[in-house]
Amino acid sequence: MLILECPYCGVMADETDLHGGGEAHLKRYGPGSSDEDFQTYLFHRANPKGVHFERWRHVSGCGKWFHAARNTMTLEVYGTYSAQTYEPPKAIINAVKKKHPEWEGPNMGEAK
Amino acid sequence: MSTRLAKGGRLIDRTKPKNFTFNGKRMKGYEGDTLAAALLGEDQMLVGRSFKYHRPRGIVASGAEEPNALVNMGQGGRFEPNQRVTTTELFDGLACTSQNHWPSLEFDVGVVNNYAARFLPAGFYYKTFMAPAPAWKHVFEPIIRKSAGLGKVPTEADVDRYEHFYHHTDVLVIGGGVAGLAAALAAGRSGAKVLVMEQTHHWGGRAPVDGGEIDGQSPDDWTAATLAELESMDNVTLRTRMMGSGVYDHGYALGYERVADHTPGDDRPRHRLWRIRAQQIVTATGSIERPLSFAGNDIPGVMLAAAVRDYAVNWGVSVGDRTVVVTNNDDAYRTALVLKEAGLEVPVILDARDQATGPLAEAARAAGIRVEVGKAIAKVNGGKRVTGVSICSQAGEGSAVEDIACDAVAMSGGWSPVVHLWSHCGGKLIWDDEQSHFRPDPDRAPTGHDGQSFVVTAGAASGAMSLADVLSDAYAAGQQAAKAAGGKAVRKAGPKADPEATQPMAPVWIMPQGAGHQKRMKMWLDYQNDVKVSDVQLAAREGYESVEHTKRYTTLGMATDQGKLSNINGLAILSDALGQPIPATGTTTFRPPYTPISFGAIAGEARHEIFQPLRRTPMHGWHEDAGAYMEPVGHWRRPYCYAKPGETNEQAVHREVLNTREKLGLLDASTLGKLIVKGPDAGKFLDMMYTNMMSNLAVGKCRYGLMCSENGFLSDDGVVARIDEDTWLCHTTSGGADRIYAWMEEWLQTEWWDWKVYVANITEQLAQVAVVGPNARKLLEKLGGMDVSKETLPFMQWKDGKIGAFDARVYRISFSGELSYEIAVPASQGRAFWDALLEAGEEFGVMPYGTECLHIMRAEKGFIMIGDETDGTVIPQDLGLNWAISKKKEDFLGKRAQLRSHMTDPDRWKLVGLETLDGSVLPDGAYAVEGGENQYGHRNMIGRVTSTYYSPTLKKGIAMGLVKHGPDRMGDVLSFPTVDGSNTEMKARIVDPVFYDKDGEKQNV
Repeated sequence: MLILECPYCGVMADETDLHGGGEAHLKRYGPGSSDEDFQTYLFHRANPKGVHFERWRHVSGCGKWFHAARNTMTLEVYGTYSAQTYEPPKAIINAVKKKHPEWEGPNMGEAK
Repeated sequence: MSTRLAKGGRLIDRTKPKNFTFNGKRMKGYEGDTLAAALLGEDQMLVGRSFKYHRPRGIVASGAEEPNALVNMGQGGRFEPNQRVTTTELFDGLACTSQNHWPSLEFDVGVVNNYAARFLPAGFYYKTFMAPAPAWKHVFEPIIRKSAGLGKVPTEADVDRYEHFYHHTDVLVIGGGVAGLAAALAAGRSGAKVLVMEQTHHWGGRAPVDGGEIDGQSPDDWTAATLAELESMDNVTLRTRMMGSGVYDHGYALGYERVADHTPGDDRPRHRLWRIRAQQIVTATGSIERPLSFAGNDIPGVMLAAAVRDYAVNWGVSVGDRTVVVTNNDDAYRTALVLKEAGLEVPVILDARDQATGPLAEAARAAGIRVEVGKAIAKVNGGKRVTGVSICSQAGEGSAVEDIACDAVAMSGGWSPVVHLWSHCGGKLIWDDEQSHFRPDPDRAPTGHDGQSFVVTAGAASGAMSLADVLSDAYAAGQQAAKAAGGKAVRKAGPKADPEATQPMAPVWIMPQGAGHQKRMKMWLDYQNDVKVSDVQLAAREGYESVEHTKRYTTLGMATDQGKLSNINGLAILSDALGQPIPATGTTTFRPPYTPISFGAIAGEARHEIFQPLRRTPMHGWHEDAGAYMEPVGHWRRPYCYAKPGETNEQAVHREVLNTREKLGLLDASTLGKLIVKGPDAGKFLDMMYTNMMSNLAVGKCRYGLMCSENGFLSDDGVVARIDEDTWLCHTTSGGADRIYAWMEEWLQTEWWDWKVYVANITEQLAQVAVVGPNARKLLEKLGGMDVSKETLPFMQWKDGKIGAFDARVYRISFSGELSYEIAVPASQGRAFWDALLEAGEEFGVMPYGTECLHIMRAEKGFIMIGDETDGTVIPQDLGLNWAISKKKEDFLGKRAQLRSHMTDPDRWKLVGLETLDGSVLPDGAYAVEGGENQYGHRNMIGRVTSTYYSPTLKKGIAMGLVKHGPDRMGDVLSFPTVDGSNTEMKARIVDPVFYDKDGEKQNV
């Protein structure tokens, strides 16, 4: 059971206090988008073995959505940050790169 | 025969006898006994039958790894099947029965499977699926159902209580043997907060049985002294009868404390589940002895060598007068020496190794025990118990060179560290060639939130096999864990033992190594699931290369013991058959719990009324007092109907419908979700949330709105009221308030975070009553206050004011088609308001009505219900709700999805009304069929019933349904096959879904 720090209220929250929301930094495609873009937005999710950016909500706490940078294999948490950003902050990227120099950077979940 | 020795038994108190029964037979043991020890003490060698072949089975082990000896325990509300006798403490009055046999343990008809063994090979179940379908139904299923089993299912509710306990610690030590205690000592001395748990009720593990000296003391004395030191430390908590059940992410662990299994009915909780957060976890979980694979190794009386020793030393029980020891390592010699010292006979020690030169072998010879090297068991003789063994050369094919009479066989195939808890959260293993076992790889430990290791193994669990190595490894593990958890450095030295010389073990996977098929068919790997060496070899021949697949195909390791004994032996056989080294085969995945834990412990206190807190409206008590029949709606309980004495629920519902349509009804609508959406961008936001336009709704007016998921499917509906320039109030479905509130928050926080909007869920702040029927206005006018006339408060508008003395917000909305006011008052005044309406309404024929009446009235009007007409695959367009989908808006949630080809397909099933030709009521969910068959030979389905009722108003059955091309087929008659076995069809005509007052004359008054 993970522990993640809510960046809004500062609580180190047990996973049972949180609600997972899947991959972070998805770009929304609405009317006018191609079928392929829309399909990717709606259904295609990264499922990496390793570094992953996720959405979480502190549901049994302050109620805020936030993002977590996490390793799905080692369970290491590189940091949590505001959901109100289009990409991971520099400090988070640096924290990941420090541990994994070979890491190629975040997949921003955009349609290919 | 097995018996209680005249003396000995370090764990029992012979002055405290305990009486118990097994299959109704009265038996006696002592305080400190396990049920296994007590059964063996009474010569109960045969304790159960195997799962598949119903072969007689006896106790094999002395601990959690026991595969055979499972019993039905207790009676009535304390009955529980599949209890392991080796981990059950004896208590006075214990009653247990053996399992998996018919008609009796001694005489079991199912043993016929044993003789049919060649028809039940590996993958039997899967192979049956290849047969024609009728064979499964008429041949295989009846056989399998009859023979499958284990224990009986409890028939009464559990009378015990259970609890959860939350605990935070710096260091968690799992295992209270000498390794766990040494690790705890190091951690305790560092000042770190330490929790130590031991699954049995005694400390010290097996070191006191195995002997040796720790710091010049016997293991028992050292254990007592160490416990005293640990107990004197305020930072150390010690718990017995508590098993480390699982290790999970970020230092989470579960401890399963069996508080009162041995004292049933003493009013303590039976089990306590400890939910633990530890910075560091030390697993001092010991190791488990492996069986040897020789023919007949499952006959009662064949046991693990260390278990034979345990029963003698711990409980003063001899499993046989003459015990043959068979081994591939030094440790089993300890058993021979213990038995000899107890005055029992050891006719021979069969050592599969080419020589036996270690000090223990020398000691055995010195004690006068015959030692045969390079020898093996060709086969065990006996049926329900061992009568002797035939011995042969390990190197050969099994020609017997000698028969030796004996009544027990003590076998040892080497030791495997208990790596389960290490592995639960990702700890990796390495193959140790010297010991022929997998042990934890310290360089690939489970990692925590900081990417650092949070589990360290100690003692035998690390693969340390001598007392000296165990102690030094464990103390270092405790130091390491304490340091990582922030404890101070410990200078004081740890406990020491003298190194001992041992002769290396030799891997022996089949005995003898050249055994033919006949022998291999009698070599059991997994006792509980009846998996033999020949089964695993067959699986390999049939192409199973992955160990995970082989496990499922053969059921090796899938029983309730999860392969604690069979794992390594099975891997070795598979690897050999595949011609690859064991590490190339790998292990199956270790998953929690370590041994089965009770459902009660998992549920904890969450039973009965506190299983899930109930949500109650302010009028809830009134409904209960009125005898309402309540139904669950989300977390609420709502009145389904209010039956009067002598009335059925159905009659009550019909009365409520007619009374509301003709006079006056009251509905407690407080459960409706109420969300305030406020801010300069609230209108823009609601235009995204709803399919229709909400930003242009005039202040004071109401509009029915639909919400869809981003996938286009209809998710919720309700009436939206515009309160002021930047405030809207959104009603959601009763079950949907929390979900929709969260939905709105999600979009505001994660997508349109720059929009200035607040959402507040005020559902429970308001009580809401629907006042419905031709007399509704008369009632409100009698109570006085605000003007509720048609002119001042027309349909689909709302007003604030007073109704009588109550502050009220009154909505002119209708879900019934009648003249209707939905009136919200502060929750604190809800009950008083309800009472006032009932009292003043008496002269107008007021009656409360429930949810079923609501459903019928809305169906009569053709109004959809989320969850009836929708099921997550229905779009508003399917329901004829295009009028509520804005064509002006560029975007709303679901719009893009609804443009996809499948969503605009004219063949989608669409909403229609359905009327049976004879006025009867269609079954809910019935399918309409038409013309031809699909690829599976089923009739083609062209629609289904979504809502169906008897309409008291129209005095006939009415229904709504989704039908292919339905709206274009008005008047057509469809066939709905029944599923009641009568093989008949009901006929229903497609009609307009609005059955009653299509022009709305009744509501617009």
